[in-house]
Amino acid sequence: MSDTATTQDKNKIRLDRVVIRFAGDSGDGMQLTGSQFSDTSAMLGNDIATFPNYPAEIRAPEGSIYGVSGFQVHIGEVEISTPGDDVDVLVAMNPAALKTNISAVQHGKTIIVDADEFTTKNLGKAGYSDNPLEDGTLSAYNLIPAPITQLSRGAIKEMGLDNTSMNRTRNMFALGMVFWMFSRPLDYTIKFLEKKFGHKPQIFEANVKVLKSGYHYAETMELLSSAYTILPAKMTGGTYRILMGNTAIAWGFLAAAERSGKHLFLGSYPITPASDILHELSEHQHFGVTTFQAEDEIAGICSAIGASFAGNLALTTTSGPGLALKSEAIGLAVMTELPLVIVNVQRGGPSTGLPTKTEQADLLQAMYGRNGESPVIVVAASSPSNCFDMAYEASRLALEHMTPVILLTDGYIANGSAPWRIRSVNDLEPIKPAVAPLPGEEWLPYLRNPETLARRWATPGMPGFEHRIGGLEKEDGTGHISYDPENHEHMVKLRAEKVRRVENYIPELQLDGAESGDLLVVGWGGTYGSLHTAVKALQEEGHAVSLAHFHYINPMPRNTREVFSRFKQIVVCELNLGQFATLLRSSFPEFPYLQYNKVQGLPFTVFELNAHFRNLLNAK
Amino acid sequence: MSTQPPTYTFKDFVSDQEVRWCPGCGDYVILRAMQKALPMMGKRREDFVFISGIGCSSRFPYYMETYGFHTIHGRAPAIATGVKLSNPALSVWVMTGDGDGLAIGGNHMIHVIRRNVDLNVVLFNNKIYGLTKGQFSPTSDLGQKTKSSPYGNTQPPFNFGELTIGSAGQFYARTPDNNPNDMADIFAAAEKHKGTSVVEILQNCVIFNDGAYDSYTDKTVRDDMLLYLKHGEKMIFGKEKNKGIRFNGRMLEAVTIGENGITEDDILVHDAHDYNPSMHFMLTQMDNPLPVGIIRSVETPTYEERMATQAESIKNRSKYKSIDDLLFSGETYSV
Repeated sequence: MSDTATTQDKNKIRLDRVVIRFAGDSGDGMQLTGSQFSDTSAMLGNDIATFPNYPAEIRAPEGSIYGVSGFQVHIGEVEISTPGDDVDVLVAMNPAALKTNISAVQHGKTIIVDADEFTTKNLGKAGYSDNPLEDGTLSAYNLIPAPITQLSRGAIKEMGLDNTSMNRTRNMFALGMVFWMFSRPLDYTIKFLEKKFGHKPQIFEANVKVLKSGYHYAETMELLSSAYTILPAKMTGGTYRILMGNTAIAWGFLAAAERSGKHLFLGSYPITPASDILHELSEHQHFGVTTFQAEDEIAGICSAIGASFAGNLALTTTSGPGLALKSEAIGLAVMTELPLVIVNVQRGGPSTGLPTKTEQADLLQAMYGRNGESPVIVVAASSPSNCFDMAYEASRLALEHMTPVILLTDGYIANGSAPWRIRSVNDLEPIKPAVAPLPGEEWLPYLRNPETLARRWATPGMPGFEHRIGGLEKEDGTGHISYDPENHEHMVKLRAEKVRRVENYIPELQLDGAESGDLLVVGWGGTYGSLHTAVKALQEEGHAVSLAHFHYINPMPRNTREVFSRFKQIVVCELNLGQFATLLRSSFPEFPYLQYNKVQGLPFTVFELNAHFRNLLNAK
Repeated sequence: MSTQPPTYTFKDFVSDQEVRWCPGCGDYVILRAMQKALPMMGKRREDFVFISGIGCSSRFPYYMETYGFHTIHGRAPAIATGVKLSNPALSVWVMTGDGDGLAIGGNHMIHVIRRNVDLNVVLFNNKIYGLTKGQFSPTSDLGQKTKSSPYGNTQPPFNFGELTIGSAGQFYARTPDNNPNDMADIFAAAEKHKGTSVVEILQNCVIFNDGAYDSYTDKTVRDDMLLYLKHGEKMIFGKEKNKGIRFNGRMLEAVTIGENGITEDDILVHDAHDYNPSMHFMLTQMDNPLPVGIIRSVETPTYEERMATQAESIKNRSKYKSIDDLLFSGETYSV
């Protein structure tokens, strides 16, 4: 709980923000518990950010360290841009959850545990030789050891449920306790449970009973010294909903299809953490969406290329290893100058790497990971709600410039959620695809728009425009196969120039902060929340620091050089060993670039950024 | 789109590109047979799409005055699937070879057949890699000497007929490359068939595997070595039309009518429409004589029909009538 917590509101202490983490076995329902807390808080008008942290194993052995699943939620009366660094309240459903999460809790903060689960056997599985609830190791924390299992079972013992069903209600007890602590109403969750278990009235009733028991237990016991409240945040007026990054991506494409007048086609192969986009779009076939789950990553993108040839807004979704498999096909789309969006929800690599963790190490793969000179547009989304905008942008650029676009997100923003101010599709700028020729008009397959250099899209079924395209080098204009040396070089340069000119059709770089100063923090993609929060705190202290966050990476905004020239120091922050810094060094070699890098499968903490930037500012 | 397509001749399907196959290549026959077949299909020229991968066979689309896409090695079935799902009114053809379709693209091939996408797959099987200059392919014979198997091929071959039926294929035909009229008829039947139609062409590569099919197709032997199958007709072959196929209780065998008490009544009648693929499977395995013609042709719902039916039923059930309905659905709140 933030140190700025102050005002007394009757018996409730008002806080401006709080970070809560729910942790338990992957089967304990922690994701559901966490999202119920965050959704309820959103309904109360708080700004929120959430982040689930789950193991790659679906159901690891019960009680084991590697089976721990967590869900962190940050809610506030103030602007919230990250799920938070340090945890104010940790709910640990067993010893393994405590062991794996305690490092995120500072001394003096609250830890709620299910004391019943701290048995010799479970302690052993978590690697504890002594019981931490008894040996004094937790004395620096506000420890609340509640007999959650016993009390949950007690609340429903008359109902005749089996052991497994009874134990499955324990998360509701913990949720009830936290709801009371932060003065949240129960009705949203009760409504949710009714929807989820409506067809199993007994289970519904049991969950509600246990939820209420947890709430009343917290209220009755003096274990919890006081309840807190977090007032609504000041946000731009409008209708909001909580949106997860991957859902936002899917919806952005739906909107783009509608506003471009194109049918949407997704060819994809399941891969963590991108599959949710496939799931979401598969629900909406009746909007003129075709989702095709292919036999592999290559067929995923190739079916999309076929759909693009046939005139659709075509996309494929994947994560790093899948992008590697798609490289040759991306080259085909570059060569045939067909519109295509490739979404890469980045995860830890190389190889299978860390499938459920976040990273930004596919940037150079996206830029250069193909044979030959093979330029594509590369853009990146910066937050869960920005995923909607960037999916729309990626579609616009692909359709208007006749080229593949790679959209980079990452596991952190894809699975994270945040409030999104809903926009009607009709309020979005329409997309104007590279127009098909009119019948009888002079046309060649590679005749271009003189400004964008986009060729015009004639699709099978259009009479009079029968033509052949393919992966062999083309003669400019006719598109005939050509092995002519001069033509090849001309075409290589032309494809590069077409992508370069996109800079005239994208917004300029906007700074968070003053136009000049001592330190320019440079970031891209999903690190925006942490960078923004860290920079803002330093600005409030009076430091001359600004943030330049890139959504457009190839090409970069036209004013990039000019922006960079107005700062004394530039530090490029990314979750890799310096890939964007490498790009900047080759594009704008006149500036010295400092780097701040982290490759742990985790997002930046605001704390570490703040400390690093402070050092840079003080050292000058 | 008007209803009645113009009357075409084969010339309407000849593109302005110079054909670059080796002189004497079996591919010329396939090209001409296709150009003859398309006018018979009652479709408009702009509705034909030819999609290929990489290899000698895959140059095919350049020579056709239709929409065409020369893609990447092995991936034509996947790209064709995207085209067909996007516009089911198109007649989509996959032109491939034994390397393209069965080695690098083998995975796509079995899955496109399994789904029963309404595509026509024409596989030029010359049992060799031609464009890369003479390595063994997945259909090369055991012991076959090639540049990459100088002491003889040690990899057993695929039988594409078996593979098609094993992948739940519903249309499989086989034809030699020296009979353009029969081939054109088979192409027309493949187009007419709803679902994935597989046509395997026994194609001669004059440079790297010349005479691969001579033991079946040479004038001196072909009457006795090829069994032309026609649905509803007896499986009779031979110069004297006195040989036939019977089922001996365990397997198919070639017999001579009038010998050992065998009469025409013992000879099987070909039923290409039998849903049970057992007999078709046995036919694909015979090699003396070698069955050619349409071995299997069974109509079952296509992938795109199943998809369309599902989308229609969702439309009727869904509470979201517009994208805005979706965006504003569920739990929202106002600030």
